[in-house]
Amino acid sequence: MPRRDDIQTILVIGSGPIVIGQACEFDYSGTQGCKALREEGYRVVLVNSNPATIMTDPETADRTYIEPITVDAIAKVIEIEKPDVILPTLGGQTALNAAVALAEAGLLEKHGIELIGAQLESIHKAEDRELFRAAMERIGLQMPDSGSARSLEDARRIVQRTGIPAIIRPSFTLGGTGGSVCFREEDFDGLVEWALSQSPQHTCLIEQSALGWKEYELEVMRDAADNVVVICSIENFDPMGVHTGDSITVAPAQTLTDREYQEMRDAAVAIIREIGVDTGGSNIQFAVNPKDGSLIVIEMNPRVSRSSALASKATGFPIAKIAAKLAVGYTLDEIRNDITRETPASFEPSIDYVVTKMPRFTFEKFAGVDDLLTTQMKSVGEAMAIGRTFKESLQKALRSLEIGHAGLEPPDVPEGAEGLALLWKSIDEPRPGRLWAIAEAMRRGVSLEEIQRRSWIDPWFLRNLEQIVEFEAELSAVPEEYRLDHLLPAKRAGFSDRRLGQLWGMAEDAVRALRHRAGVRPVYKRVDTCAAEFEAHTPYLYSTYEQECEARPTDRRKVMILGGGPNRIGQGIEFDYCCVHAAFALADAGFETLMVNCNPETVSTDYDTSDRLYFEPLTLEDVLEIVEKEKPEGIIVQFGGQTPLGLAVALERAGAPILGTPPDAIDRAEDRERFDDLLETIGLRRPPGDVARSTEEAAAIAERIGYPVLVRPSYVLGGRAMEIVYDAEALKHYMRVAVQASPEHPVLVDRFLADAIEVDVDAIADGERVVIGGIMEHIEQAGVHSGDSACSLPPYSLPQSVVEEILTSTRKLAIELGVLGLMNVQYAVKDGELYVIEVNPRASRTVPFVSKAIGRPLAKLASLVMVGKSLEELGFTQEIVPAHYSVKEAVFPFVKFPGADTLLGPEMKSTGEVMGIDSDFGRAYAKAQIEAGNSLPSEGTVLVSVRAEDRAQLIDSIRELAERGFQLLATPGTAAEFQERGIPTEVVPKVGQGHPDTVERIEAGDVALVINTVSEDPVAVRDSASIRRSALLRSVPYFTTVAGARAAVGAIRALQLQSIGVRALQDIHA
Amino acid sequence: MSSPALLALADGTVFRGIGFGARTVDVGEVCFNTSMTGYQEILTDPSYAGQLVTMTYTQIGNVGVNSADEESSRPFLSGFIVREHLDVPSNWRAQESLGAYLERHGVPGLAEIDTRALVRRIRDEGFQLGAISTDPAQQDAAALVERARRAPGLDGRDLASEVSCSEPYSWSEGRWPGVAGQCPRPQVPTPQLRLVAYDFGIKRNILRRLVEHGFEVTVVPARTPAAEALAFEPHGIFLSNGPGDPAGVAPSIFEAVRELAERLPVFGICLGHQILALSLGGRTRKLKFGHHGGNQPGQDRKTGKVAICAENHGYAVDAESLEAAGEPVDVTHVNLNDNTVEGLAHRLRPLFSVQYHPEASPGPHDAAYFFRRFRTLVERHHAGEAVTGVDVAAGEVA
Repeated sequence: MPRRDDIQTILVIGSGPIVIGQACEFDYSGTQGCKALREEGYRVVLVNSNPATIMTDPETADRTYIEPITVDAIAKVIEIEKPDVILPTLGGQTALNAAVALAEAGLLEKHGIELIGAQLESIHKAEDRELFRAAMERIGLQMPDSGSARSLEDARRIVQRTGIPAIIRPSFTLGGTGGSVCFREEDFDGLVEWALSQSPQHTCLIEQSALGWKEYELEVMRDAADNVVVICSIENFDPMGVHTGDSITVAPAQTLTDREYQEMRDAAVAIIREIGVDTGGSNIQFAVNPKDGSLIVIEMNPRVSRSSALASKATGFPIAKIAAKLAVGYTLDEIRNDITRETPASFEPSIDYVVTKMPRFTFEKFAGVDDLLTTQMKSVGEAMAIGRTFKESLQKALRSLEIGHAGLEPPDVPEGAEGLALLWKSIDEPRPGRLWAIAEAMRRGVSLEEIQRRSWIDPWFLRNLEQIVEFEAELSAVPEEYRLDHLLPAKRAGFSDRRLGQLWGMAEDAVRALRHRAGVRPVYKRVDTCAAEFEAHTPYLYSTYEQECEARPTDRRKVMILGGGPNRIGQGIEFDYCCVHAAFALADAGFETLMVNCNPETVSTDYDTSDRLYFEPLTLEDVLEIVEKEKPEGIIVQFGGQTPLGLAVALERAGAPILGTPPDAIDRAEDRERFDDLLETIGLRRPPGDVARSTEEAAAIAERIGYPVLVRPSYVLGGRAMEIVYDAEALKHYMRVAVQASPEHPVLVDRFLADAIEVDVDAIADGERVVIGGIMEHIEQAGVHSGDSACSLPPYSLPQSVVEEILTSTRKLAIELGVLGLMNVQYAVKDGELYVIEVNPRASRTVPFVSKAIGRPLAKLASLVMVGKSLEELGFTQEIVPAHYSVKEAVFPFVKFPGADTLLGPEMKSTGEVMGIDSDFGRAYAKAQIEAGNSLPSEGTVLVSVRAEDRAQLIDSIRELAERGFQLLATPGTAAEFQERGIPTEVVPKVGQGHPDTVERIEAGDVALVINTVSEDPVAVRDSASIRRSALLRSVPYFTTVAGARAAVGAIRALQLQSIGVRALQDIHA
Repeated sequence: MSSPALLALADGTVFRGIGFGARTVDVGEVCFNTSMTGYQEILTDPSYAGQLVTMTYTQIGNVGVNSADEESSRPFLSGFIVREHLDVPSNWRAQESLGAYLERHGVPGLAEIDTRALVRRIRDEGFQLGAISTDPAQQDAAALVERARRAPGLDGRDLASEVSCSEPYSWSEGRWPGVAGQCPRPQVPTPQLRLVAYDFGIKRNILRRLVEHGFEVTVVPARTPAAEALAFEPHGIFLSNGPGDPAGVAPSIFEAVRELAERLPVFGICLGHQILALSLGGRTRKLKFGHHGGNQPGQDRKTGKVAICAENHGYAVDAESLEAAGEPVDVTHVNLNDNTVEGLAHRLRPLFSVQYHPEASPGPHDAAYFFRRFRTLVERHHAGEAVTGVDVAAGEVA
């Protein structure tokens, strides 16, 4: 069937901010989808609140609304744009839920809008566990025994039948939020209550556990003619019980006979038909009993997903793009396979390599949080590696993760029984370090069978691990003069130069030199969807150690762009956005673009984004080999965040041409002594501070400059291990426990500027001219990590004189550092004085936000500057001060981490961001709050519990709340002060000091807004944590800083005056 | 443990790796299969007689070997080539490792070569003859290249008669009953209808599928004359898959098929499809490197629906030759990758055939509808209806 001609305008709903369980894979799928639909001549309207996406670039859709993904806002977009259909299957669970809400609000019917991709009924059938179960029963498939509970009483009744351990799954949540595995009866009630509170429908499923069964996923597509294809099979290394997003996963499935695989495929086909996903992709999860092969269906997602992004990257088959075309009426046989060009999309990819995906965790950022892996996803990113064998692919994945591993290094565990017990602890229960623990247990002589029995991991995977461990032992025993002969087999098994160096007591460089002398070099094979049956026209490459190389480099002028690797807190989609922009801009300027990255979620690893894609780990070894193969004219390291930046100096030393700002400038900005010299030269000020290489030095510095001090290790991103320390005792603790300072790992100790206003500036320089991209005034005061703070562009309260000073200072810094490309500066303003906090001569997290706020693509401009264009040639010579306010707000993963406190500090904790745009600052801030899931109330009770120092600053805002009809509820101290100032306030006891206390009032649903600030005193923090936690769990908007609370009151005022409106980006910058 | 082994191609290319399975030397036409599962079914598919089969998927041996998944009594291929062979099987049904199985059956296995380079070579240059040696004493590349050059190849040989059974036998095993949780199996239709299946190298799953569709099956040797087949009083005739060049089979086979096709419903799969076409006066031609895999798009031209199917053939029927022969035959199915003919149905007589493998094994079950069509054809013919191949080709497909 050809494309539908009865459709003109298609509304695409995005997935909003990056959260755990919903990351940049939906930018990848959404961007692909929008592009595919526009190719077909449709008018595409997009709603997505996440500015850091390629999807929300004004070029991607015809009309782009960076607006809340709420019924209210989307309804306004519908009024303006009058779409014929809505495609809700590209924007994850968020878009699907929004579509359901729009339908339930009667808006689809009212406007005569059809859902394409998935019908409402199918969404319900797939998402509602009871309907899904009934559907499976109709087609004769089995599911784990379970029951749907609407209350704790229901749940208790069901678990009598299904038993403990039990799986608890809330309905309609993403990434398994609120889900858990209950191992002990006494935990059951708490886990059920939590699950119920997380479900928008207040229902959850109590399910028999299939712990230890093998877990599989199939990515299935169906077209309107009922053709069904399975794009990819995925087998989880971690058996059932660990969320697939947190599992090591492998494609294709490894341990199924054809009979078993085809039965699973038949089941998948039957499921997609029964659920009625008539066009597009679905992800279906199965479990297989390793003892007798019996099969159960776990769940289905009637939309593109994280797994479908992985499957697309794993096979070269662009699921989202094809799904979009199927949604508008095409059938699979009418769509061409881009890679082979000759064959149609109605086939199933065959791959001739093994793909391994490994999750990346950041438990270290959330003190007190258990790192046990369960059915609720907790990882924040992932790396994917391609190798010809599982061993090679796994070892490449290990180094792709960038968690300091070059392979299966022995963990730091003592010898003997004590150590073994520790290892078993990490094997018996799934935790992030399990793989390393297994390898170490094998080294210590534990049998594969015993590990299998206790971990349930399939023996095939374990045997491969064992082979790596055995090979390591063999390699270690090789005398120096014979090492040359063992290089090729070692490289074929995926060993990195660095790991070989560890085994041989050699430096990585020396291994490399030896390897090059032996002529052991990687070849590059193509990912082609068809296992070489047809010629591949897309250079999507991965390295391996074999005979034939298919890279076939061209002799065009080419630029290599190094991506950011796996997402983590502090380095995420914003950097991928910059890399993609570089690829686009340089391609337009006539260069061949080469992308190197290992993050399967991203737009940068779409084979369409650059001319050539190298899906490779971002290590010096892997990058250097590509450089030697391709010989690019230049390499861009300043866009991918800390990962490529960390390689810059070594690459330059190895003779690789680095584009833009010289790596030495990075060193000048990061090295404390050199940075001080630089500031002195140009007459700028920074908070007093110094470098400490020992605890004693740190104490001396702090004594000299005065407490509180801000302490952090040098060379970090995302505020890793950054803390504000208030006295000598705390400092000592920090130096010993948190960082273990040493001459190699110095710690920076700076005076902390309490209550200062922080300012972020992005600028672009071409060596002669410096143009300010944007000045962002933070809402939260200094001390909250800039990535976690809301900010406003342009500044909403800074005096013009300060702004002027910021402009001049930024220009001076860029010129002095010799910046060619982007630069980010963080300032603090205290008592009218400007301090430089830090300078980063690279793309920053705020580049996409600024680009969208001012309507100019900073990263594109910067990449052209790096290849020699002047800003004048590019027509960007003047700072743009927009007429509207753009507010960025951070989004946090606290809800995924039971036990985590929600207080903000110098350590970054947010995973994503949203953008609110309006002509009024208050409304822009309000929008950003709504987008971040913090819907501000227009009436109700406000619970206030703030430390004494903050009360005066808040008094006007509190008074305004009272005047605007809010009731006030405050803890005794706070209440007394408010009452004294004539503000009627009801007193509520602190937790443990009477009933009903603060938490009980929140849980009773009495509270519409929480304002809670707390002193640095750990006791006060602990005592008040339950307030914040219960607000979080009850989805009550909460503010933990004075500045945030004041802005919130401003936003409430703005909302009361005028409801929010929506405006397309294309109009804002028209 | 690991001993050197090599593959020498007639064009002089040599791939060195390590051997597994039997230590021996053999020659054959090198082909590749892109199925990611089902190496055991491929190994035991008699259609691979005379071939050195290269698996494009790189991890082979993972699930070992079990007797239930065999497609015939033994492997017929000349050699098995893989990227990595891991000899510790992991599957609840595994009975033996792949290496032990190959050794037991005298089949040489070659691992650790750049299989993708080999596949690309075959794809670009077409079929190649090759010699495989896992015998440590016979690793002289030049000598093996020479052996490859002198290898007989497939063209013109009657391999079907070589791999066929020697005596008729009846088959009663049905489809794999499966295990808990898999899709329910359909009811076996009644009444039982008698069928004679010509064994040109028949795969057991075809027989299982025929039983599943209510046939009482007698398997007969390739060169069984029509009269002998008719002596079983069959309600229909089935022509099986098999190895090699369809034009090379004994002339008596075409005669028998022609005679049977005058009187009974006939269904052919793969080689059986080609033999049916040839006996109707058509011609076949050799493809550059054939179709071997489980992911091929076979389109039913009437319904437009695409089945993802298992294919395994190096020759194809030339549709124009049938037209030229004046036979009223419709091309019912095509392969969408290269538009080759993959299904035929007669407009006047109860005959139809398919180039690919509706029995799958290995491969997806999408094309299983052919067996239902055949059941319908035989039923209606048995009921005295003047039903044709085209009549059932328009039937349901789901």
